[in-house]
Amino acid sequence: MTLLEQFQLLLKNANWPDWAVYLTPAIAGILLILVFVLTIIIVFIWWERRLLGRFQLRTGPNRCGPEGIFQPIATAIKILLKEDIVPDKADKLLHFVAPIIVFVPILMLFAVIPVGEGAILVDLNIGIIYIIAISSISVIGIFMASWASNNKYSLIAGMRAIAQMVSYELPVVLSIVGVALVAGSFSMLKIVEAQGIPYILQQPLGFIIFFLGALAEMNRSPFDLLEADSEIVAGYHIEYSGMKFAMFYLGEYGIVLAYAGIMATLFLGGWQGPLLPPIVWFLIKVVIIFSFIIWMRATLPRLRVDQLMSFAWKFLLPMAVINLVIIAVEVLVLPLSMQWLIIILNFGFAAALILLWSKLFTLGGGRVEV
Amino acid sequence: MLEIVFYLFAAIALVSAIAVIAVRDLFRAALCLILLFMTVAGIYLLLQADFLAIVQILIYVGAISILIIVAIMLTRDARQGQPAGRLKYFAAIVSALLLGTVLLGILNTAFSMPDSAPWQETIKPLGKALFGDSGYLLTVEIAAVMLLSAILGAIAVIREK
Repeated sequence: MTLLEQFQLLLKNANWPDWAVYLTPAIAGILLILVFVLTIIIVFIWWERRLLGRFQLRTGPNRCGPEGIFQPIATAIKILLKEDIVPDKADKLLHFVAPIIVFVPILMLFAVIPVGEGAILVDLNIGIIYIIAISSISVIGIFMASWASNNKYSLIAGMRAIAQMVSYELPVVLSIVGVALVAGSFSMLKIVEAQGIPYILQQPLGFIIFFLGALAEMNRSPFDLLEADSEIVAGYHIEYSGMKFAMFYLGEYGIVLAYAGIMATLFLGGWQGPLLPPIVWFLIKVVIIFSFIIWMRATLPRLRVDQLMSFAWKFLLPMAVINLVIIAVEVLVLPLSMQWLIIILNFGFAAALILLWSKLFTLGGGRVEV
Repeated sequence: MLEIVFYLFAAIALVSAIAVIAVRDLFRAALCLILLFMTVAGIYLLLQADFLAIVQILIYVGAISILIIVAIMLTRDARQGQPAGRLKYFAAIVSALLLGTVLLGILNTAFSMPDSAPWQETIKPLGKALFGDSGYLLTVEIAAVMLLSAILGAIAVIREK
């Protein structure tokens, strides 16, 4: 039983009216998520700027507060005080609604991410499918923003958004299916409980595919073609300022936090860990993944559009299908007690497949092929 | 309380369905269609069909609506609004026939309420019904192969020679 259900039971026993028993825990849970997400996003913004600074041999923001920890708050105030500019020929209504449609689904994702035993908003038995479905709504918000702005650069970003998100959804889903096969459930809580050994050891290839696909889904570098400053100025939020821009900005970090939490849940054993309390373990894993993402941003150059598409369709998708077949065969043939054999086998398969596929994977000598 | 939520969803669904054909801006019409899909998913949720609701969002909102939006993008003069139809009378006849058929079907069906409580976990029974002993394994597989061949066909058609 989750903590919220216990809260609900408590209210029921205290003879609250029916609708209040229903609504109070829900609203409390939503507020809790909002506070949790916003707090961590603020820390994330600071952490990314400091870490990027270190990667680039400079200090990063360190003036405002100890080690510059209040810098993101100053940035937030600065953004909120800016004038809200709406282009004259923009579709005003859609221009206003788009940031909300981008941000709300991202918040909704946190409803099924467990941060401790029973510490989950709703334990859906279709948890992962819910995540896949809800995260696909954000694309529409991004496209709305790009269309409503009435700007050619933002429209290019919208087209890129659709191409990128739809293509990378497939490998992500296929690598999730591998996890669900082994765990025997779609429920996030049950997947965490099924991980005696974290699935990153058992399915290294699945983790790599999911990680790269998720990077593309959340538009982080090296897949940040939607907001490639050097090509299309700022992408879909080129005509946004003030509070609406802040929503996009929060959404960008929110989805990174969500996907880091999902990766921790699916592949790193979620809240499980010795000694420390569950929430601390969860946060440690999330911060490790986030730091890794920043590391990639500081290291790798941005992909070209044609490289992006062929990477999804010619590299990740076949690998994901092969990975799924391998895992399905292992689930059928090998008994669960032979965990170590599965781990060794899968690491072998992953290494062999990646090496083989990198030999086969070419991009036609620089000729643009889409 | 469930009834209030149902009527809310139903009202939004009706309004957005009418808006799809009434709104002149093509892109807004597509967005209204997406809203309609979402409210239908909400109604599925009220029926305790959680898997169906999620798949509705995944396929209709996440995939089909994107297809529609791409189609709008590729339409010339999309910003001028919905073009006036040339086949007015023909369209009226067809849609009247369609409406009549649907109404006839709804009015002649005796809707029965199930006696048992809905399943808490819907995936397992669904999977067993599809892939179990007396299931539709062959049908599902044939549908999958057909979809694959349709994709390959589409690629073959648009491929540059």
